[in-house]
Amino acid sequence: MPPTSSLNAATAARRWLTWLRQNPAALIGGALLTAFAVLALFGPLLTPFGIDQRVGPVYGAPSPAHPLGLDDSGVDMLSLLIAGTRISMLVGLAASMVSVLVGGFVGVTAGYIGGWVDTALMRITDYFIVIPALPLMIVVATVWAPSVVHMVLIIALLLWTSTARLIRAQVLALKERVSVRRARAIGAGHARIVLRHIVPDIVGLLVATTVLAVSVAVFFEAALSFLGLGDPATVSWGRLIQIAFERTAISSGAWWAIIPPGLCIALVVLGSSLLGTAIQHAANPKAGIAHVSSRTFRIRPVPEASRD
Amino acid sequence: MAAVVATTPRADTGSALGGSVGYLARRLAVALVTVVVAISANFLLFRAVPGDAASMVKVPGLSAAERMQIRADFGLDQPLGSQYLHYLGQLAHGNLGISFENRKPVTVNLWQAVANTMPMVLLGTVFALVAGMATGLIAAWRRGTVLDAGGLGAALAFYAMPAQWLGLMLILLAAGHLPSGGISDVFLTGADWWARAADHVRHLLLPALTFGLASYGQYAVIIRTSMLETLGEDYVLTARAKGFSHWSVVRRHALPNAMLPITTLIAMSLGLLVSGAILIETVFSWPGVGLAVYDAVKARDYPMLEGDFLLLTVSVILCNLLADLVYLRLDPRIRSA
Repeated sequence: MPPTSSLNAATAARRWLTWLRQNPAALIGGALLTAFAVLALFGPLLTPFGIDQRVGPVYGAPSPAHPLGLDDSGVDMLSLLIAGTRISMLVGLAASMVSVLVGGFVGVTAGYIGGWVDTALMRITDYFIVIPALPLMIVVATVWAPSVVHMVLIIALLLWTSTARLIRAQVLALKERVSVRRARAIGAGHARIVLRHIVPDIVGLLVATTVLAVSVAVFFEAALSFLGLGDPATVSWGRLIQIAFERTAISSGAWWAIIPPGLCIALVVLGSSLLGTAIQHAANPKAGIAHVSSRTFRIRPVPEASRD
Repeated sequence: MAAVVATTPRADTGSALGGSVGYLARRLAVALVTVVVAISANFLLFRAVPGDAASMVKVPGLSAAERMQIRADFGLDQPLGSQYLHYLGQLAHGNLGISFENRKPVTVNLWQAVANTMPMVLLGTVFALVAGMATGLIAAWRRGTVLDAGGLGAALAFYAMPAQWLGLMLILLAAGHLPSGGISDVFLTGADWWARAADHVRHLLLPALTFGLASYGQYAVIIRTSMLETLGEDYVLTARAKGFSHWSVVRRHALPNAMLPITTLIAMSLGLLVSGAILIETVFSWPGVGLAVYDAVKARDYPMLEGDFLLLTVSVILCNLLADLVYLRLDPRIRSA
């Protein structure tokens, strides 16, 4: 390891801290996501009770021993919520990563190769954009056996399109850069150009899109689980809302069974929108985000670059 | 809800044909091809289901030969290609099949559902537009103030909440004041027209309010951004220099131009509103298109689900087309392109 690397790391860390201090939105978003990630990773160590363990009466009210009360079968809500964090965060992160990988691959291929490959890929992307996402997810989830892996794939199946468009626009601009042309002139192959000269420049955008996509994925996970399309053997925030809804938590007045999971979803969605938008601005100040929305997650590429 | 269609009409204006006719023809062709793709995807998706309609017939002691006979009767022994042609032919006649659940034609069920969904979705959109316009305008006008941060923050917070959860929260809050579900009071049979209408509106309020709250954030953000851009234009400065009041500059000079992206957004989100209603209708047992999807999923009522999905897809495509038309009408730059 070269001796300067620790210095570089320190400088990079300081830059990050400065950036975070200048972007309170990024700081809040990052803090929220980190908190939930820690909860997802170390949750099982923190859960005071088992999620199959009956510890009190049906819909027992919050008490010092059970700060969030009990659910419809007398299970500690706090333990369920922490267990749900793991699945919701896992599905959110995995689905957004798969979608960004697919979208990034399609975008780079279309933008770099161009020609009919570009046209064909972009047409496919357009069709995926037009088809209403939630109904298609519902249809696929209905005909497919429920499992966490299927949930991730189903969400990713419809999330990759905006990444593909954004990355394509970026690659179109990048491949005309002088540095890329020079690399080509001295005989660099396509693989080398893409991997060494184009991909490094879109990493920032890819990270931003991944973070932004987490919010949409978490949202869709909640929606599909609420419709009873999640894995019935696992606990997620969306499923907690579904269970509370179906087992009349509302008419029993058991607000503690239903408010916490929804709040967690809202906080994660807000956190990833705030952090993702901030990274997006830092990575590419020219690509403005059309709006900071959780559900529509639309990024508007620079107009000149998006034109053919 | 769901990803709002991201086709920005602006991006496709560089048509080789040029002019509004070429633009229109291009949009129409894209819409048509998309419908065909959607229909084909619909057909294939539901043929990928393990087991076919014949396996739904559960008669004790049914022999293999009789089962084959049923398959032949339904045309399920035909090759996929001719099944597809048959499917297209039936679609052309407006035949979407028979619901497994209530044995009525899918089209009849869907018409009833659409008729129920429309008032809820429209009232919800009105709520969302009013709240979004007010928030966006005030935030842009008082940019950088507490009013801006607070209004926008609230809009984003509501937007981050899952719609189904927001609906349940409203039920909790309105418990005892407003009905928590259904479209009308089933015991209200002898009442006159006015009483029934009032009852209907009472049932309509909570779902529509949920709809409005869950979606006004996107309007607020777009209107604010669009207003901020417009307020920086030279003609706004000119209008101010002429001595017009703040309000009249906003209303007469800035707002009409800022409305351009909003109009398209509304048209584009119309189709998605219907599918966005799935979660809200489920929460409030509102017998519309969304609840039909939920019920079809629960009962594995494939013909219903297939018809519903087709309806939602086609409505989104039509609304996209509508958005393009509106844009063409509003923005002279496209017509002369």
